[in-house]
Amino acid sequence: MISTLPLLAAETVTSPLTLWRSFALIALLVLFLLERFLSNRSADSGEGFSFEWLRPTFLVLLGLLVLNALTQDSRRAWPMLPPHIWQNIIAFLVLALFGYGLSKVFLHPFWGRRVRSIFRRPFVLISILLTVFFAGTALIDSISWIDNHDPDGEKQIALQAQQPRSILDRLFSAAVGVPEWEFREKSHSAPLASTQFQKEEVTLKHKHLLGTTIDGRDTFYQVLKGCKPAVIVGTLPLIISIPLALLFGVMGGYFGGRIDDFVVYVYSTLASIPSLLLLFAIIMALGNGIFQVCVGLGVAGWVGLCRLSRGETLKLRELEYVQAAKCLGTSNAKIILRHIIPNLMHIVIITAILAFTGLVLSEAVLSYLGIGLDNSWGGLINNSRNEIARQPAIWWNLVFASTALFLLVLAVNVIGDALRDALDPRVSVGD
Amino acid sequence: MIAYSIRRLLQGIPTVLGVLFVFFFIFFMVNDPDKMARGANGGDKASAQAIEEWKAEKGYNLPLFFNLKAPGFKAKCTETRFFSFYSKMLTFQFGKADTDDELIIDKIKKGAGPSLALTVPIFLIGLFISISISLVVALFMNTYVDRFALVLCVLGMSVVVFLYIIGGQYIMGKMLRWFAISGWSEDHKFHFLFLPVLVGVIDSLSRRIRLYRTIMVNEVNSDYMRTARAKGVGDSSLLFKHLLKNSMIPILTGVVMSIPYLFTGALLLEAFFGIPGLGKLTINAIINNDFATLSAMVFIGSLLYVVFNLITDLSYTLVDPRVKLQ
Repeated sequence: MISTLPLLAAETVTSPLTLWRSFALIALLVLFLLERFLSNRSADSGEGFSFEWLRPTFLVLLGLLVLNALTQDSRRAWPMLPPHIWQNIIAFLVLALFGYGLSKVFLHPFWGRRVRSIFRRPFVLISILLTVFFAGTALIDSISWIDNHDPDGEKQIALQAQQPRSILDRLFSAAVGVPEWEFREKSHSAPLASTQFQKEEVTLKHKHLLGTTIDGRDTFYQVLKGCKPAVIVGTLPLIISIPLALLFGVMGGYFGGRIDDFVVYVYSTLASIPSLLLLFAIIMALGNGIFQVCVGLGVAGWVGLCRLSRGETLKLRELEYVQAAKCLGTSNAKIILRHIIPNLMHIVIITAILAFTGLVLSEAVLSYLGIGLDNSWGGLINNSRNEIARQPAIWWNLVFASTALFLLVLAVNVIGDALRDALDPRVSVGD
Repeated sequence: MIAYSIRRLLQGIPTVLGVLFVFFFIFFMVNDPDKMARGANGGDKASAQAIEEWKAEKGYNLPLFFNLKAPGFKAKCTETRFFSFYSKMLTFQFGKADTDDELIIDKIKKGAGPSLALTVPIFLIGLFISISISLVVALFMNTYVDRFALVLCVLGMSVVVFLYIIGGQYIMGKMLRWFAISGWSEDHKFHFLFLPVLVGVIDSLSRRIRLYRTIMVNEVNSDYMRTARAKGVGDSSLLFKHLLKNSMIPILTGVVMSIPYLFTGALLLEAFFGIPGLGKLTINAIINNDFATLSAMVFIGSLLYVVFNLITDLSYTLVDPRVKLQ
């Protein structure tokens, strides 16, 4: 048994990522994060079972994964990795960071109790499950690898099969029985129709659960594919705007004087530009693309949180424990990190969750102006907005894309509302 | 009060200058004027000569901050893109649009009418309906009416504005044939405006009601309301004399601050319903990379913002006698 371990490790490093292996990795990651909860719970109830062994095992496997990602299907050196490998690494990092943050909050003696209290409400539970479904689809759509290298064209492999395919693609094609690029028709077809929409005599090759788009792509597949851009456009701008807002807001509120004047000047200047116009200006200047759009959204969207955190810092600065820390000679940086920022976190979390919905919705507006992301629900809605005027109307693309968008935004709104009530210090939460 | 207003307006000057600098920075220091030139001269096919001529005509080939080639110190400072941009904006001489030869100020004058005809009714009707509904909801606080309204609000907030627009056009325009789907005519304004106004009101309603409900619930829970109720003050007097008056203060901030946006127009509604207003002007400027028009719109928008920021503060003295301006 022990002698096979190095072999197993060597195989994991050298062999390409496969479907079951990537699932095993995700499962391990999730287990690793659950371990924190489980070990905490079992310690509470006095049961002796420990999950400590998961942590080193997981770390070893994560290391193997990174090595794996670096070595397989890439013939280039380290910084020039193909984009899909970077995406894999980022996807795993995001999952790990998110899970770590979540476990921090859940295990916190005060906030944890409050956050756990929202699980008791059935609607919130459903919303959380929905959000997990969308986020999970986005996650498995972000992890991809190439099966077949055929640079010389000798083996006659389809071009699409040489592209990196995500877990979602693989699962989808396994479910429908053909590769996902062959699961398409010539043009529109209604949900579960057996003939094409316009020319009735043309029989379809496959059954499409939610119909097909104008170029014959399966609508269900497109809707699933839309999860990833939605999650990206909802979170990436926040990664830019939250640190920016906290930096300026806390600095201004804590130090006051000239610094505060400067901060107030900066945010009142930015606030007096209509935010959509600022966003368009930034995107016009930086160009199209997922990263540029997210930078634009982030820079145009940090003013509200900055104002909130400055106001809250002004209040916190005068509190006794901050004054006491100051008297004891604690440095400003330490006071900010220990006393100010943790006490701003509930505002940050709620603002971030509500900003997420605004960002996802604004992506649809951007798609209308031709600067949206690829494969997004906004793009699908935008492409199908004229089709509704046909006789008879082609409704399924519009309806299903906007339903997906609606469900995600609704679920996150419900969670945000519940969290706002739960984190409000004025309301007491029974346990 | 007059001294206060003047001081506040003077404080607004750096803000407006800052807004202009943000735009100057984005368009001339991050962006490349060649890109704008190509956009205005027929895309990638534009010849290098045409681009140079266009840039010379618009003054976009001048140095950014300091012109070393110009004779004399004054010319060195004034013959720059920075100076010409600021002097143009601050004197309201916006000049011609980058994409066509029409004066920007004429375009703005032409677009202001249709825009205001759309945004002012949306604003007033939306305000009236949302305040009345949130008053009712606050009256029925913690009952099923309240819960139901909250659920409706969260549902309404989660819908993309497109869906309201497309749904409204489909149901009211195509199926029922009550109103025109889109278009504009000076003589039959009502016919073309009804649907966009309806969509705009519905879109703004849920967000407003939820905000106002939160404000009013805070007021309902306060001591003076309990005292009034205990004294036996009637419902109508309780609502209008006590609750509405006291919740006007926070409501007013949002309301007055959204007035500048009435002048800049509703981007999506105008684009979808074919209303030739300022929002459509802005969208066309965005699509055509028209920096001159866009910066004029932003400049006017920020001026209005500064002015209405002041008006918000002044209006506090009207509704809240405790507020003293310093």
